Amino acid sequence: MNFNLTSTQKLLQDFYQRFAEKEIKPLAKKMDEEERYDLELLEKMQKCGFFGIPYSKEYGGAGADTMAYVLCMEEVSKVDASSGITISVHTSLCCSCISDFGTEDQKQKYLRPLVDGSKIGCFSLTEPNAGSDAGGQQTSAVLEGDYYILNGSKVFTTNSGFADTFIIFAVTDKASGTDGISAFIVEGDSPGLTVGANMPRMGIRASSNCEVAINNLKVPKENMLRREGEGFEIALKALDGGRIGIGAQSVGIAQGALNEAMQYVRERKQFGKPIAAFQNTKFKIAEMQTKIDGARLLVWRAALAKDDKKEYSDLAAMCKLFGSEVANEVTRVCVQLLGGYGYSREYPVERMMRDAKITEIYEGTSEVMKMVIAGSLKI
Amino acid sequence: MKILVCVKQVPDTSEVTLDPITNTLIRKGIKSIINPDDKAGIEAALKLKDQVEGSQITVISMGPKQAEIALREALAMGCDEGYLVSDRKFGGSDTLATSTILAAALKKIGFDVIITGRQAIDGDTAQVGPQIAEHLKIPHVSYVEEFEVDGDALIVLRQFEDRYHKIRIKFPCLLTAISGFGEIKYLTVAGVIEAEKKELKYLNYEDLKDLLDEGCIGLKGSPTKVVKSYTKEQKSQGTLLKGLTTNEAVDAIMARLKEGHIL
Repeated sequence: MNFNLTSTQKLLQDFYQRFAEKEIKPLAKKMDEEERYDLELLEKMQKCGFFGIPYSKEYGGAGADTMAYVLCMEEVSKVDASSGITISVHTSLCCSCISDFGTEDQKQKYLRPLVDGSKIGCFSLTEPNAGSDAGGQQTSAVLEGDYYILNGSKVFTTNSGFADTFIIFAVTDKASGTDGISAFIVEGDSPGLTVGANMPRMGIRASSNCEVAINNLKVPKENMLRREGEGFEIALKALDGGRIGIGAQSVGIAQGALNEAMQYVRERKQFGKPIAAFQNTKFKIAEMQTKIDGARLLVWRAALAKDDKKEYSDLAAMCKLFGSEVANEVTRVCVQLLGGYGYSREYPVERMMRDAKITEIYEGTSEVMKMVIAGSLKI
Repeated sequence: MKILVCVKQVPDTSEVTLDPITNTLIRKGIKSIINPDDKAGIEAALKLKDQVEGSQITVISMGPKQAEIALREALAMGCDEGYLVSDRKFGGSDTLATSTILAAALKKIGFDVIITGRQAIDGDTAQVGPQIAEHLKIPHVSYVEEFEVDGDALIVLRQFEDRYHKIRIKFPCLLTAISGFGEIKYLTVAGVIEAEKKELKYLNYEDLKDLLDEGCIGLKGSPTKVVKSYTKEQKSQGTLLKGLTTNEAVDAIMARLKEGHIL
């Protein structure tokens, strides 16, 4: 048992940090204000391998693990949470479905270009009437010859504005409840798949998040993941892994905001001295760093359990629940430490505070996390 | 061809900030990086490897265990194997003692060409590279910006104050590199993971003692004595007077000098 990163992990962390500082940070404000992700930046991240970290070399991935992935999520999210979620949805939600449940043919055809950095993926589960109750899917899939015909609509599909590959969930057997949901791999340019306008949001505004309309979308039979009725299980498994990424994103947002605040309080003078000299400031910073470190350790614990092929569903839920609360509290206090400047758009902490909120909502709300954790405790 | 590259792990001085309360350097959180000129050295070695089929690049660093990360980074950039030269007995070495130890290590490993960076951003001496060459009794060219292989030699371009020198130097030799070997590329995650499988070897005093005189290494072997180290006092920017004629400027300067009782 030890809490030290290996030299390879430290080198990765350094590399992610340097990249984030040099390439992402200068664009974060502009991307937020324009509500558009910079596709050149996306390509640079793909070239560096950020979109295939925990996937095997055999399929074109980097051959690293979940730990290497959460280190990336934290460093990237420190400067821009939108970049974090762009990587996370692609990696944890889209690619994992194909990697964990796909056939060899599906992996060669769809996983390879996703993890080798040539294509971007997204994950369409949420519907206007199926949020926390994801089992209440209304999108339908009917088998006709060699194709399934899908109809319905999806909302809050991250990356949908530029994704090449969609994982879409739909009901193949209405009578069977969650056992009647199936998962399909769908090519982004398929006729019948219409990506709507970007949804205006409070935070993570640079990420792409659109409504997806599905009208008589023909999906080849061989693009179903596993068998009919196994879709819901696939979605839950993907979300378990995704939550570790969101936990890491939350830690990143919090640490990023605290780093900004620490720099500010050293420079800002009031009452004749830097505000860092006041005990209130010191205590606030001490409390925040302690909570962030706690959240980070929960993230690492969940990541290591996943890498060790142990049960991690509850650990992932805990790291997301706690991490997202820490991100919200820390960013709010950081805005307060920066005062009026914190509230202004001149400094990045107001963006970080807006970005933090979503971590308590997506990939399972905090309330759903508590259901998962309580369930694992047989309560 | 056996290419040896020497790298040093240094604090990233571009990120050093002063604590406005105590006026001291904030050391916590300062990243260690591969010295920039040494990184250029690695790029130069990779370029040389591309030109000479069957070449192998060995990267070497003297320092504490944490310098392993610098070696891992060099391996991730494309070097084939790494050596960490580390021993308590080597601690406190100045440039002369350092070059003595490195020369012994390089001799032990074997080489056709050695590439070092021009100078390190923490010490800025630019001495270690040329000293190694002297210890090993091989020719060297410093401030190398470009080169081409020419049979059993290299044609190198040495940057000089106001011109370039084009020099032909035979193997075995040593070059000290300066940035200019193309934009330094980012690593890739796959490259870092791949580097984990490459071998990192260790050389300590025991391994090198046949080649070393104990009096010539560490503090004992270091004629440089640091008397005092201190943070440079920050001077104010001064006053800029614009739009004056020559005579007005002379008068203004004279007036200031008199004001300050300098004249």
